[in-house]
Order: sequence, then C-alpha cells, then structure tokens
Amino acid sequence: MAKHKTPMLDQLESGPWPSFVSDLKALADERTKNPKKLDFQVPVDVVDDLLGLLELSFKDGATHWKHGGIVGVFGYGGGVIGRYCDQPEMFPGVAHFHTMRVNQPGGKFYTTEYLRNLCDLWDLRGSGMTNMHGSTGDIIFLGTRTDQLEEIFFELTHKFNQDLGGSGSNLRTPSDCIGAARCEYACYDTQDLCFTMTNDYQDELHRPAFPYKFKFKFDGCPNCCVASIARSDMSFIGTWRDDIRIDQEAVQSYIGGEIPPNAGAHMSRDWGKFDIQKEVIGLCPTECMRMEGKKLKIDNKECNRCMHCINVMPRALRIGKDRGLSILVGAKAPILDGAQMGSLLVPFVKAEAPYEEIKEVIEKVWDWWMEEGKNRERLGELIKRQGFQKLLEATGIAPDARHVKEPRSNPYIFWKEEEVEGGWTRDVNEFRKHHLR
Amino acid sequence: MAFISSGYDPKEPMKNRITDIGPRKYDEFYPPVIAKNKGTWLYHQYLKPGVYYHVAESGDKVFTVRVGGARLMSTLLIQEICEIADKHCGGYVRWTTRNNIEFMVDSEKKVEPLIKDLESRKFKGGSFKFPVGGTGAGITNIVHTQGWAHCHTPATDASGPVKATMDVLFEDFKSMRLPAHLRVSLACCLNMCGAVHCSDIAILGYHRKPPMLDHEYLDKMCEIPLAIAACPTAAIKPAKVEVGGQKINSVAVNNDRCMFCGNCYTMCPAMPLADKEGDGIVIMAGGKVSNRRSAPKFSKVVVAFLPNEAPRWPQTTAVIKKMVDVYANDARKYERLGEWAERIGWERFFEKCELPFTHHLIDDFRDPAYYTWRQTTQFKF
Repeated sequence: MAKHKTPMLDQLESGPWPSFVSDLKALADERTKNPKKLDFQVPVDVVDDLLGLLELSFKDGATHWKHGGIVGVFGYGGGVIGRYCDQPEMFPGVAHFHTMRVNQPGGKFYTTEYLRNLCDLWDLRGSGMTNMHGSTGDIIFLGTRTDQLEEIFFELTHKFNQDLGGSGSNLRTPSDCIGAARCEYACYDTQDLCFTMTNDYQDELHRPAFPYKFKFKFDGCPNCCVASIARSDMSFIGTWRDDIRIDQEAVQSYIGGEIPPNAGAHMSRDWGKFDIQKEVIGLCPTECMRMEGKKLKIDNKECNRCMHCINVMPRALRIGKDRGLSILVGAKAPILDGAQMGSLLVPFVKAEAPYEEIKEVIEKVWDWWMEEGKNRERLGELIKRQGFQKLLEATGIAPDARHVKEPRSNPYIFWKEEEVEGGWTRDVNEFRKHHLR
Repeated sequence: MAFISSGYDPKEPMKNRITDIGPRKYDEFYPPVIAKNKGTWLYHQYLKPGVYYHVAESGDKVFTVRVGGARLMSTLLIQEICEIADKHCGGYVRWTTRNNIEFMVDSEKKVEPLIKDLESRKFKGGSFKFPVGGTGAGITNIVHTQGWAHCHTPATDASGPVKATMDVLFEDFKSMRLPAHLRVSLACCLNMCGAVHCSDIAILGYHRKPPMLDHEYLDKMCEIPLAIAACPTAAIKPAKVEVGGQKINSVAVNNDRCMFCGNCYTMCPAMPLADKEGDGIVIMAGGKVSNRRSAPKFSKVVVAFLPNEAPRWPQTTAVIKKMVDVYANDARKYERLGEWAERIGWERFFEKCELPFTHHLIDDFRDPAYYTWRQTTQFKF
C-alpha cells in the first residue's frame, strides 16, 4: 500500500513511453518488502516520500526543494550537491536528500558486474534512485544523508576504484562520444583523450579554483553527437586534412540502389529512388563534388568536411587518414549574456598520446581566464568582454582567416602603439608650428 | 537501523584515504567485439528502427538494439537491465548521450530474441520498460534536467513533461519517416543544465514574476553585493527596509527591468521566483549542433509561454506534435527543422505551424537583437 496518494502522478503511468512513476513506485514497494533484508542506511520510505513530495509539486506548480546547502567529502569541493526539502515534517524521508555525482566511464560502456555493485551500494546507503545519466554525463546518485557521504566515497574508492565527478566552479566531469569504439567516423580516440584529460586534471576537477564552471567535451567528428560545440567551454571536434577516401564501386552500388542511402536511416518512408545529384552533389555546401562519367570526384581542397556526403554514403566515402581535431572555445547556455556557440581557436592539432600540444593550449586558456575572469564569468563571456584578440595573445596562437566567419565591418581597430610608426608621443608645439590655433 | 561503517574513520579522515583516481578506464567495460575491433570500423547500417549493425575490417559485426528509457531510473530497473545484458549480451551494456540504453550482440541471430525479450517487459502501470527505437530520421529520447523531482530553481517539471511528450511522439520514436533526425530537449529553467539552446525542438521552463524579497532573512542568508552583482540588467540595488520597527539591510528590485532569469535566486535564497501562475514553458525550435551542411544553430523562441498543466501538459505536447507533423510533411529529405524554417522563411513557419506571432518573439536583448530583425525587402506575403 502506497504511503501517499498520488492521483496526478498516477496519470503518468499510462501511455507507451517508460513511466518514471511506475519505476519509482516499484522501488518504493521493493524497499517496503525488503527481500534482501538490508539494514537501510537512509529511511526505508525515502522513495514513498519522494513520490509524495513530487505529487505536491504537481499540485502546487512549484518545486519543494530548498536551495543548496554545503555538504561534501573531505578535501573535495565538488561531486556532492546538498539538497533539503521544504516540507520535512510531511516528508521526513526526503528531508535530507543529497546528490552524488559519480564520474562515468568513457562511452558509457558498462559491465553488469560493475553496475550491480553500484546498485548494491546505493540500495544500502541511498534512495536507490539515479539519473542515468546527468546532463554533464555523470552517473547521478539521487538522495542520501550527510552521514553517508564519506561512507559512500570510501566504498567507491576502496572497493570499486571509482571517483566522484565535478560540481561548482571547477572542471566539470568531461564527456565523450562513442568514438572509435564503435563508429567509423571517429577522427581520434575520444575516450582516450577524455580519460587522459580527466585524470591529468583531477585537481582542477575536485578542488574549485576557477571563476566558474568549465566543461570539456570530446566529439569524434563534425556530426557532434555530444554537442560539444554548443555545451562546452572547450570543445574538441575530430577532423582530417587530407582527402576523403572513395570506393567508386560502392558509389555505383548507391546509385544502383543496392545500398540504401544514409545507412537506411530514412527507411520508414518511400523517398523514391536515390539520386546522387540531388541528394549528395547538389547538397554539398561547398559545391566541391561532381560526377565524371561513372566516377565521383571531390575537390578535397575546397571541402569543409561537413560530413553530409559521408553520412549519406558511409560505405563509399570515408574520412581521410591525416586526422586530428579542432579546438573551439567559449560555448555556453544563455545564462547570463545570451547563449554562445564555441568559436574556433585551433583549426587543427594532432591528437596523439600524451597529448602535450593540446594540454599546452588548455593550460594557457586557463591561466588567462583565472587571471582575468570575474567571479561567475564563463570563458565565452570573458572572450566577448576582452575580445578574441586577447585570447589569441594569451595562447600565442597566430591570427588566421579561419578564426572568423567574415572580417569586421567596422574599422574601430584597437591599434597598439608599437604597431603605429613613430609611436603615440607627439609634440603639440611642433604641430602648431605648421597648424595655427 | 544501525549505522554500518564502510571502514571510514571520521576521527582520522586521511587514514587510508584514496582520492583523485578518476573514473574507471573505458576499455575495462568494452564487450569483446568492441575491444577487438576498436578503430577499424568500416560502416554501419540500420536493419529497422532502433536496430543497427557495424562492420569492422576484420569482418566482425556488432548488432546494436537501442531502447528508450526514463533518465530518472531506479536500481531495480538497472538490475533488470543487467539481467537482460547477462542473458543476451555477455554482461555488457551501454548508455547513449541521450539517455537511451544500447544492448549489443555479436551475431544477427541473437537480435530477434533480444528484441522480443525487451519489448515483452512492461511496468505495472502498462508502459513499456524498454521500447526499441530512437534511431536515424526519427525522434530519439529527450535529454532533460531534474525539474520538481530534485531541483531548487525549476520553472517546470522535467520527467513529467518528458513522459507526456514522448507518449505523444512515440510513433516517431518507433519509426524513421522524418526528413532528418529531430532532437527534442527539455531544461526546467534558464540555467539550462540540459543545454537545450541548440535543439530542433526545446522545451524550456521559464519564470514570469520578479523575485519576492524575504527582507527579514535576506541579509542573514545572502551576501547582498553578490545578489546585486548577479543581476544581468542591474535591476537590483541595496535598500534599507523597516521590519518590525527595525531598519535592516536588504535589496530593492526594479521589477520593470527584471528578465526573470533567476540568477539572483541562485546567489540568494531569500529571493524566490517560483509561482504557480507565473511559471510555465517556452517552446524553442530550429537549433542543431551538427556541422552537417549548415553551421550549428541556436533554437529560436516560437511560443513565448504555455502554462504548466500537470500532469500531462496538453498544450505543450500539442504544439510540439503539430510542428513535427508539419515539418515531416513539408521539409525536403535531409533538411533539419531549422534548415527547413530558414528555407521557407520564419513567417511561413508560423503560418504553417498555425502559431501566433506576438511581440514577445522579437528579440530586444542587447546587440544581438538587431541582427535578428529583417534588414531587407525580401519577405513573403
């Protein structure tokens, strides 16, 4: 028997899409029955009270969670988010309901053994509710009490060789796409770069020393499946600088209709016979493709590597062999000064372990931002406030026409004194000898 | 309940302490077929919605079955996922960046039994536990935030509107009939933990009432200068107020300048914004993150406000369904929603989607606003 009546939430149990309400109720039931005879370390009715509180929010049209609260594990400034409800007497089970962020593995691959261990730990010491996964990528443990934080951290590190993720003004848990593990478009090993950067910058991740949050995301190709270009202060996007590899026989198979275009991604509707002119050549943004007789020709020098032709004909066209990545900086959501997309800083860099060249760029960007950034100013906002030129100076990167979509349309150039012949110090009396007052 | 120690000694927190070890290494968790063929994949192909395979240079194939799921997930369900992965996939499973779960097998004959098993499992309330789909030119799972389930600043719920929306879009999760893939995202406030600002369709929680001022506690709970500095429009200033005959330090808010971002509340809990009538949903459309054909784009506001209609948000889901259907019928193959809207013109977009255009949709926030007004005589009647 449910502890609280939840008539509004109950309406979310119907319909085909997996119902989180049904899932919550099943867990609440399981905790009540407790078939494994666990000595629960947080209230047994924690999930019942979560349902009750959520029902109240549905009724009131507002949240019942209080603002933060400083809790954590010793020596770390992130990874734990304090949470208390504003109706503790009605819902004592969720009076204290803190979040822990557990740093997910690359590509979000798991063994069942590992997942079961986490579940056992979380059933005993927390609510049993999770986010798989949080927006930044972590495994999220939702809901435990302060006295369990160190215990959970101790078990994670000692038994499962597993650390917490980031929160607050620090390096947030980096995340990556599936990359070379199972994708033919991967221009570098996203999981290895992500893992290496996460480990090399553990101090930055656990101990907040930045003006604000800072995110890394690693996309293996310009399709950007982890949205790095929109969501990360530093976005690493795989690319190549030689020629797209063409299998002319496979091109003919696409034309002949033996292979469905776009890997069959449009199969639920009849779009008619594949037309390479209309669907590939005509849609190329740089118009760098043509058919010469039965051969597909690409003027690779003019290609901007948008991925469209490769996406449409993955069996005929493959990414080049001289691979690396582009680094874009400053993306963020609208708070406060409007949303920003990442801006290109490094057009191409090789991505090979131990990634020293990449780390050099990262550290120069951080040095500048930590020196110049105001409290709660994201990197993108600092770049806007001080100008892209300042970022180039700070990183020692030479200006390049690739850095802009178009050159400036105003001539208000901040000339530096050393750039102007003779400098700025002049003698007004000398001037007046030739120009009367 | 008796306290069970993990071995941690609160008197000596540094004793045997292990820190800074980072995540588990990715390749500990690769299924054998992935470990063997990493970096040598040749191509992939869909067998049907939700099911695709990759072929490696070695000739090996990996077949993936993708299922949707609620991001808010119990250990009970994770254990059931483990049971399925043990039975069919040698004990391996993965999640995608959009909250889908992927089960991988190394031969085609294992695919159908896996699908049959997945689709046979339902929750007590009747919904699927593991619906197969979410691939290609269709609608995949919604990325979203915490909402009323666990967040202190939301202007709407997350899991509720997501469930309601995916129920309405379920056919397009199960099929690949659209001109291109269509990404739906939800963020329950402007902080956008879900970063919905580059989605084909974004559901965004928004407040519409300026903060209330809990004068009696404001100076005790908050650093007043930080609250003032947090305001992007400089609408907050220091003020002395009289409470119970005593003059105390607090703040005053110029309500006409408030853009309801909630940044002050983030810095100062004594300035709450949430309100039943004030809070609701903004619908945005036309964003994308891929560099395919056109550059990544921001989503644009197409509906300024819809009320929070718990538990199923019918107006919100109706607007979304309408946009998806009009786009599906009108766009060209490969055209993303934003590319389609730009080609036909936004004036046509509003007409076709039967959405009213109001003054709220004209940008008036700082310099970038100017670049969104029409500086040409090229428009459509």
